[in-house]
Amino acid sequence: MSTKRVITYAEAINEALREEMKADPNVILLGEDIGAYGGVFKVTKGLLDEFGSDRVIDTPISETGFTGAGIGAAMTGMKPVVEIMWVDFTLVAMDQILNQAAKMTYMSGGQTKVPLVIRTQGGGGRGNAAQHSQSLETMFAHVPGLKVVVPSTPYDAKGLLKSSIREECPVIFIEHKMLYNQKGEVPSEEYFIPLGQADIKREGKDVTIVSLSRMVHFCLDAARELQNEGIEAEVIDLRTLVPLDLELVKKSVQKTHRLVIVHEATRSYGWGAEVAARIQEEAFDELDAPVLRVGAEDVPIPYNLNLEKEMLPQVRDIVDAARNALYLSV
Amino acid sequence: MKMTEGKKQELSREQAIWMYQKMVEIRKFEDRVHELFARGILPGFVHLYAGEEAVAVGVCAHLNEKDSITSTHRGHGHCIAKECDLNGMMAEIYGKVTGLCKGKGGSMHIADLEKGMLGANGIVGGGFPLACGSALTAKLKGTDAVSVCFFGDGANNQGTFHEGINLAAIWKLPVIFVAENNGYGEATPFSYASSCTDIAQRAAAYNIPGVIVDGKDVMAVYRAAKEAVIRARNGEGPTLIECKTYRNYGHFEGDAQKYKTEEEKQENLSERDSIQIFRQYLLSNNVLTEQELDRIDNDVEKAVSEAVQFAEESPYPSADELLKDVYVSYQ
Repeated sequence: MSTKRVITYAEAINEALREEMKADPNVILLGEDIGAYGGVFKVTKGLLDEFGSDRVIDTPISETGFTGAGIGAAMTGMKPVVEIMWVDFTLVAMDQILNQAAKMTYMSGGQTKVPLVIRTQGGGGRGNAAQHSQSLETMFAHVPGLKVVVPSTPYDAKGLLKSSIREECPVIFIEHKMLYNQKGEVPSEEYFIPLGQADIKREGKDVTIVSLSRMVHFCLDAARELQNEGIEAEVIDLRTLVPLDLELVKKSVQKTHRLVIVHEATRSYGWGAEVAARIQEEAFDELDAPVLRVGAEDVPIPYNLNLEKEMLPQVRDIVDAARNALYLSV
Repeated sequence: MKMTEGKKQELSREQAIWMYQKMVEIRKFEDRVHELFARGILPGFVHLYAGEEAVAVGVCAHLNEKDSITSTHRGHGHCIAKECDLNGMMAEIYGKVTGLCKGKGGSMHIADLEKGMLGANGIVGGGFPLACGSALTAKLKGTDAVSVCFFGDGANNQGTFHEGINLAAIWKLPVIFVAENNGYGEATPFSYASSCTDIAQRAAAYNIPGVIVDGKDVMAVYRAAKEAVIRARNGEGPTLIECKTYRNYGHFEGDAQKYKTEEEKQENLSERDSIQIFRQYLLSNNVLTEQELDRIDNDVEKAVSEAVQFAEESPYPSADELLKDVYVSYQ
């Protein structure tokens, strides 16, 4: 019997970590202030007490060092979940992530497994400025060898993190700082969500809107506004960028014949371009309008909240794009 | 040949044979790769370990299969000292499917996980954090395995050097950091690139032992490594060993090496050859005889020729190998 509960995104992630640590003694956590402090977003709260300092390991501020240590430990039998406090800080550790973790299996001809999860959080919305607000998922998706997970709800976050920890290749798991307190239904029974399965968050027949992470909620708000005008938008949450569930997007486009892609990352060279390209390659005849993209302006993220809001995609932008895709005047 | 009466030999006969053989394997393997590369037979590019044999062998003499090593772009010597198969190595350098990495890694990425060889590395300094990770595994699982991180002098100015040693020091990880100071980071002299006169000095900053040894003398390396490995296995934490050595060839094959002086070449290539030094040690201490040593030389010569033949006769990977091994589990 499924028990309905409502918990936050942060609590859901915490549960996933706790369950996987209980299930497998090789699962360890590494990161800055994840132990006694419980993580800056309190995601690892209580885990030190439950599992001890051998498994919940506080690190110095040394992202390259401890990320690489996670890789080395993964190669030799552990299943580390490394927390990099802000996705912006992954840039400090990029050699270890992109040159080492991503390529080990291939370079060794399949000998090496790197069952490593890098948990981090990104996104703007609270004035954290240019080095603490980015959406960098495309960078990781661009390098073969990494899986990239970008969940939007507590339910997805928990199920996807549990699956990520059971992967045998490195997974970049990007949470969103503005979602940690967002609540959602999460069953108390154990469940997993396989990587590579997008999810229809709202069904509709007139226009397909594809997104992930926090922007999914903006898209749902936009869909409600569109509904008032008699437009039924279908909102698809990709949930994982790698593997990419293009099939579900294609299926939706076969129904709606119109596609809008929404991401919080800067528009140019974002994953929206990839999805747009793939859809026109594989479903060109289904399209009744050009594929449109909504993304952040191509600038570093400003500190000032008004400017930040101006820079990041807003519900209005999504509504306008959907109307454009339907050739309605904006 | 009888051992010297009344004096305990530092090396057992088996150890001595193993060490001499591995050093000769490295030298002959690298000399052969040098020749093959010059003839245009090998793709990519190669960085040869010849001249530095005493380091890899003196350290790996203390390791077993459970111990891990991380290596560098100049990694053939580490592979051989960690007992990687010569045929599989040569085939890998040829890019053949019978190579240790199915021809997908090449000279700079040879790995043999079963032997604890976690991989050569194309990124200078890439191995420090990885070695900490394998040592962390040993520590958490309660085994007495150690990790050795081999690195060149060029790596001691990379951030990973400092981050890795600091992590190993604060967590008391069983790592031995082995600097192979051959005097040049690519073509730039160590004296220009580093603020310290010796890499070992930097150990003080991390509150761990730092020792300097003659990296041409395998026994000097052996003694220092012995102490460091015991320390690591006993849970007393990492050690930094700096081996002063010399690379017989250039940074990579094709390097004109104009930066090297005649004097240093003379000294290192003939007067202070690591294999000759060890040979003299074995003879003067009556550990092995001339005949025994010559037999090893001949056997190794044959083994290297067989490796070349094996590589040449092996097939290339088929095109369907291209998409395999990107993800361990992909849909």
